[in-house]
Amino acid sequence: MKFGEFGGRYVPEVLIPPLEELERAYEELKDDDRFKEELDYYLKNYAGRPTPLYFARNLSREVGAKIYLKREDLLHGGAHKINNTIGQALLAKFMGKTRIIAETGAGQHGVATAMAAALLGLEAEIYMGAEDYERQKMNVFRMRLLGARVTAVESGSMTLKDAINEALRDWVESFEYTHYLIGSVVGPHPFPTIVRDFQSVIGVEAKKQIIGAEGRLPDVIVACVGGGSNAMGIFYPFLRDEDVRLIGVEAAGKGIETGKHSASLTAGSKGVLHGMLSYFLHNENGMMLDTHSISAGLDYPGVGPEHAYLKEVERCEYVAVKDDEALDAFMTLSKLEGIIPALESAHAVAYAIKMAEEMDRDDVIVVNLSGRGDKDMGIVMERIA
Amino acid sequence: MIDRSLIVFFTASYPSVEKTVEFMLTSAEAGADVIELGVPFSDPVADGKTIQESYVRALRNFRVEQVFEIARGFRKECEKPLVIMSYYNPIYRRGVKGFVEKAYESGADALLVVDLPYDEAEELVETCNDVGMKNVFLAAPNTSEERLRAIDELSAFIYLVSTYGVTGERREISPLAFEALKRVKNVCKKPVAVGFGVSRADHVRQLIEAGADGVVVGSAFIRIINEKGGNAVEDIRELTLNLKSGVS
Repeated sequence: MKFGEFGGRYVPEVLIPPLEELERAYEELKDDDRFKEELDYYLKNYAGRPTPLYFARNLSREVGAKIYLKREDLLHGGAHKINNTIGQALLAKFMGKTRIIAETGAGQHGVATAMAAALLGLEAEIYMGAEDYERQKMNVFRMRLLGARVTAVESGSMTLKDAINEALRDWVESFEYTHYLIGSVVGPHPFPTIVRDFQSVIGVEAKKQIIGAEGRLPDVIVACVGGGSNAMGIFYPFLRDEDVRLIGVEAAGKGIETGKHSASLTAGSKGVLHGMLSYFLHNENGMMLDTHSISAGLDYPGVGPEHAYLKEVERCEYVAVKDDEALDAFMTLSKLEGIIPALESAHAVAYAIKMAEEMDRDDVIVVNLSGRGDKDMGIVMERIA
Repeated sequence: MIDRSLIVFFTASYPSVEKTVEFMLTSAEAGADVIELGVPFSDPVADGKTIQESYVRALRNFRVEQVFEIARGFRKECEKPLVIMSYYNPIYRRGVKGFVEKAYESGADALLVVDLPYDEAEELVETCNDVGMKNVFLAAPNTSEERLRAIDELSAFIYLVSTYGVTGERREISPLAFEALKRVKNVCKKPVAVGFGVSRADHVRQLIEAGADGVVVGSAFIRIINEKGGNAVEDIRELTLNLKSGVS
């Protein structure tokens, strides 16, 4: 139930029964052959798995180590989020729920939730911070096209954290017929475990693929971390491979020293929010701080509890990359490889490039390219104009 | 600690330390039997719009220290029980021991932590026991009998949430509340207070008649303060008197 001291179930009493119901349903379903077959079917035929592990030859030549990209950006919807939403939507149906709710930051999880809901005949309502709603208008429109109701959340900092607050408030009222389809490895137990398990398909595939391509495991795996679902997904199957360095890249925003960032593992401290004990950016009174990142998907003052644990036991390393560095990597990857990454994923690319400059030609880095950058055109156009 | 009690909730430091003390004393004088003092929080997931708004405004100039100042100011003038209500992070961040000791010294009698179910509360409960502070835990209409027994064991009184939802005024008390009240009273030995959506004298009367040992009213008071700020004193007195008529 916990990752060391992290995780747990810090929720009002009324949410304990629905969380217990969810845990029981998931335990029953996760090893059920028919469920696994059904999930595999949709992942393959609907979402587009397996995704390629692409050797980025031009980029590698330029930077000095072999960089492979795990192409989650090629999935239906444009990000890794669909791995989790199809899994949880099937789980919701198994539990007899007719409605799903979700929070979204960049809009990618909202889109993936709306898709899974349409596919499986569920009603969907998506909560989105009003600020994100403005900066990710295209995704709002996409969610509506897919049949979801999108609600802009005007409270607090009007970003991802507030969208989660509002989804939790909805769930307290509606849990009898509603599943809260949480989008990252955050929230009260069992959510961080469920989301990690559904996202682990990324690491399972990547392991086979890199062994196929290189005949060995990679030296380093790099992934961006907001809540941390794509990172957990690719790290998890490698946790016992101790020679593989696992590096999570947080958003340093305008710089850690400016306070305008979202790097909770790098610059935060232990706290409790959204049902979990983890690392958070909060002041000395325990109030959550306003965070900043150029990428809405990383703009969150906390992080999944398993990451907090993996940092504490020093299995994974966590670093932070600034807006400008992510933007440079965004441009570099677009020009050199013809691949436009999501600004979130560009953080991982930026750090991989930085590392490669210090590594040998034969060293192997796998970058989780968690999403594509189409949704970020508006922001990037503003920044480079 | 409670018996046919009217429990009134105020947000700490809203609109100021001094005004909060004045509101609390006014309400106690007009008939409130217990005062619940809420620590404002940046992410109050169990609260509806009215209390959310009070938290946002209170946080513009807030330090946890102010909660203790308010408790001291109240205790100096009034002996009625004082319950501090908080989300867990402000307590955790300050350090459980430090918070509980300071709250107790300041005159608080009990602590209610909204997002801390008893399974996660070991450190808090132990600390409170050491210090002499009482605990209040939430129960809900869907809480199992097994959990109710554990809550009963640990609580000075049980705070029963009347419905599936967040805090806020509602026209009617949900039928769920009456069913749940009956069940909780059957299972638990400790007194039971009902809160969430309780905002009018007829609500109070119905719940007391149905066997509640206390009722908690929050949003109805906070709405007045949202509208009138520091000038809400007379309205607070009137609302307290009015609600109290439902108890006696």
